[in-house]
Amino acid sequence: MHPVAEKIQQAFPEAFRQAVEWRGDLAVQVAREHLHAVCRYLHDDPGMDYDYIVHVSSVDWPDQPERFEVVYEFYSIRRRARIRVKARVPEDDCVVDSMTDIWKGADFMEREVYDMMGIRFRNHPNLVRILMPDDYPEGFPLRKDFPVRGKGWRDTFPFLGEKTI
Amino acid sequence: MKHPLEDQRTTVYKVDPEHPESPSLPTLRTEEMMLNMGPQHPSTHGVLKVVLALEGERIVKAIPVLGFLHRGVEKLAEDGTYQQFIPHTDRLDYICAMYNNFAYCRAVEKLMDMKLPPRAEYLRTIVAEVQRIIGHLFWLGTQALDIGAMTVFFYTFRDREILLDFFDELCGARLTTSWYRIGGVERDFTPDLIEKLRRFVDYFPPKIDEYVTFLETNRIWLARTKGVAVISAEDAINFGLSGPTLRGSGVDYDLRKFEPYAAYGECEWSVPVGKNGDTYDRYWIRIEEMRESLKMVRQLLAKLPDGPVMASVPSVTLPPKDKVFNDLASMIQQFKLFSLGFPAPKGEIYCGTEAAKGELGFYIVSNGEGKPYRLKIRAPSFIHMGAFDYMARGYMIADIVTIFGTYDIVMGECDR
Repeated sequence: MHPVAEKIQQAFPEAFRQAVEWRGDLAVQVAREHLHAVCRYLHDDPGMDYDYIVHVSSVDWPDQPERFEVVYEFYSIRRRARIRVKARVPEDDCVVDSMTDIWKGADFMEREVYDMMGIRFRNHPNLVRILMPDDYPEGFPLRKDFPVRGKGWRDTFPFLGEKTI
Repeated sequence: MKHPLEDQRTTVYKVDPEHPESPSLPTLRTEEMMLNMGPQHPSTHGVLKVVLALEGERIVKAIPVLGFLHRGVEKLAEDGTYQQFIPHTDRLDYICAMYNNFAYCRAVEKLMDMKLPPRAEYLRTIVAEVQRIIGHLFWLGTQALDIGAMTVFFYTFRDREILLDFFDELCGARLTTSWYRIGGVERDFTPDLIEKLRRFVDYFPPKIDEYVTFLETNRIWLARTKGVAVISAEDAINFGLSGPTLRGSGVDYDLRKFEPYAAYGECEWSVPVGKNGDTYDRYWIRIEEMRESLKMVRQLLAKLPDGPVMASVPSVTLPPKDKVFNDLASMIQQFKLFSLGFPAPKGEIYCGTEAAKGELGFYIVSNGEGKPYRLKIRAPSFIHMGAFDYMARGYMIADIVTIFGTYDIVMGECDR
């Protein structure tokens, strides 16, 4: 196993789920209750020093019991190392702790994840939609049950017919 | 003489809460004013609205309202094959389309674990650096124009036009290029293009000095950029800023050096790093980066290797265009790739590329099918907007244009 993943496992034995190294990327999956603590450790520990937040993302797996996956990616400028930390969230309670108190940049990134996937972040200062309109009523566009086409005003035109080119 | 409105001015006597009995000096009523800037404003370079809370002329709070240009590119990616997404990337940062193609193709190549022929890598690097010069020229012209220095704009656009014509000859389009392919590039340079590029490399350095003279002898421009939009190195890292915006604060974070890709490891160049973290330092970095880009282009042109410009992995890469209509196997390959796509192995990758504006990254999750299961774009402009409120507080309202300009923001990329 990757030494960083090993360290995380030693520090948080109850949180650690699995570590995957593929194409040179290290991805560590942790339990969501401990996600904030693990990230705090990754940021503060001098041996880790992941000071740069790269992106926050989310993946939807509708067939799996824990439907959503929240993905954080960090970079250590001093060590030139990258890590991806993931946590699974079930659909009926899709909440994780916000990282805005560790990385200020997480503010907008988490808002985007909320806007697109509907995952809520506890203790986020301003968790409202960011790219979609504030009063958008039709759910969260990046979920797999949201259709790519065929939803909206355009479908009410009868002359467009069934054939689309 | 008495001013006609003097009697109507509201004069409020404030009572000091700690000494309610003592009369305090009369003060004018002040209150926070909300002001909408945009969505149609020339300096926002697209459609961006900012709600400003002002106290007099000071900015108390600046809330960016994004999403006017949101087209759901990430959702569209899940609906098409990997090849089909390349033209969509052009429309992200439409000033630097080549860089988006580059970043996306690199990400897919990392997913497919492909190796490229050296000539393809060289051509990619040369075109990417030319695109960087175009991006910085555009930034330089418009940033100065926004502040009020109009002249530079005409000069930078004159030189940008030469490079856009170069792109036109290379791939038939000036802005939405789609020249990069997964596994290589669409077509090779002609000898004529190489000659043109050589001539440009000799022509351009005095022009950079010209822009510098225009701006650095302009006291107004200097006063409006020095010490404006300052952010410390610690904060810049914490916000996830990248590119010249981060390097202006003195952090030498450059993925081209940190994780050398394409042909960046094969030429001599350096990363310009600022000190003060203000707009002027970022301007200086962009000027120096243009010089460094020229250096790279000159070196890479001198040792451009021969060979194919496309990797030959029949299950992934496209066949040469001239073979498609004459050779049965190539035709089948072309047809299969465009109708079904190629199945990518199960897994997920993140691949970041140092674009002109910052780190442009693609996070791709594949479930083994011909389409990306999830594709996330790490757009530098979006992340820079996250720091906007923090950087704008306390400045005058006139500085807001400089603070926009300092990021080199493009809303197509920000809203995706």
